[in-house]
Amino acid sequence: MRITQGCFSFLPDLTDDQISRQIQYCLSQNWAVNIEFTDDPHPRNTYWEMWNLPMFDLPDAAGVLMELKECRKVYGDRYIRISGFDSSPGWESVKISFIVNRPKNEPGFRLERQESDSRNVRYTTTSYAVAERSEGQRYSS
Amino acid sequence: MQEQVNLREELEAVGIGEILKQLDQELIGLKPVKTRIQEIASLLLVERIRRKMELTSETPTLHMSFTGNPGTGKTTVALRMADILHRLGYVRRGHVVSVTRDELVGQYIGHTAPKTKEILKKAMGGVLFIDEAYYLHRPDNERDYGQEAIEILLQVMESQREDLVVILAGYADRMERFFSSNPGFRSRIAHHIDFPDYSNEELLAIAEVMLRHMNYKFTSDARDAFVRYIALRKAQPLFSNARSIRNALDRIRLRQANRLVADEDAILSVDDVQSVVASDVLASRVFETSQPAVVEQLTDKRRR
Repeated sequence: MRITQGCFSFLPDLTDDQISRQIQYCLSQNWAVNIEFTDDPHPRNTYWEMWNLPMFDLPDAAGVLMELKECRKVYGDRYIRISGFDSSPGWESVKISFIVNRPKNEPGFRLERQESDSRNVRYTTTSYAVAERSEGQRYSS
Repeated sequence: MQEQVNLREELEAVGIGEILKQLDQELIGLKPVKTRIQEIASLLLVERIRRKMELTSETPTLHMSFTGNPGTGKTTVALRMADILHRLGYVRRGHVVSVTRDELVGQYIGHTAPKTKEILKKAMGGVLFIDEAYYLHRPDNERDYGQEAIEILLQVMESQREDLVVILAGYADRMERFFSSNPGFRSRIAHHIDFPDYSNEELLAIAEVMLRHMNYKFTSDARDAFVRYIALRKAQPLFSNARSIRNALDRIRLRQANRLVADEDAILSVDDVQSVVASDVLASRVFETSQPAVVEQLTDKRRR
């Protein structure tokens, strides 16, 4: 099951050219661009790991794309996303975030229903990949 | 695919003729440099037309090396080059990131690669100008991290040719040594441009252009004195072409200001404030002594 998080996730995967144009837009808005990766695709997992530092003051997207290619070389089997931070209000706020790399095989999520008091039902989503194996090996095969 | 391209329209579209004309007028002398830039510009223009006609070829290598004595205009030409390349669409942004060894090479293990990459990221889409590039390589110190920076640079120069143009600059003899110890560099640089020293007449013309930009002018006596000044200054050690001229002019302006202020009751006209007279020039140390000053001897020794 293809996960749909952030911008453009209902579209087919962006090509590198399209990615670089999105990054260029972020840079033209003076946003800091950063690259993050994770192998825990749960929608509530907001803490992805960062690839290097956020990139400030770059004039051209090619620099970010260079880092993205480096990141893909190392973490090509995980989810990688690019986000643009706007600091103009005085704090950093995410203005855009989109997935630029995903594992080949995404097993998807299981929905668990729990009967609790007074016939209430609680729902839990669990990722098959996360449940199956430990961190770092989830999508490797 | 376009069957025909109107050369004049194409020239006007990129506005390159303008830059070349400007280059010709504002930079005095540097004949071989101008010829080479003209050639490069023509090649890029033709490439652009060929692209339109779908006669695609690979992106030409545009990395350059500027060699020449100090003060011969290497940095200035690099800035113009970035502009030309930008207008022809060979670099996307046309900015120049000017760096020296300090910004590329780290101080301890593992420090160099992130530093170099940071600079490369900044320079993407523009021109990376490495001043005194030979300092990157320290042959006397085998544990120097410069080599690491050079390797990263070479790799990016080769693989991201369409994103980045690297210009190396420095004195001719040391550059030669640098290239001989890094054979990869020489072959990856397509354009080796040598900046010649200026002749006395060119130096005078440069001085006059500089003065004009600052809204000053020589009286005819002062010009004669300056001609003599140039000849004397050139014979001294550490003469650095246009930069020496600029420094001399700065000192002349100081003396001129001092002369004007000396007479408190004077009523100054625009002409007075603008004019540099012979005495302002002749007060220079260069006229007093044919021996180089002690300070300059010292700095000369250090340079060797």
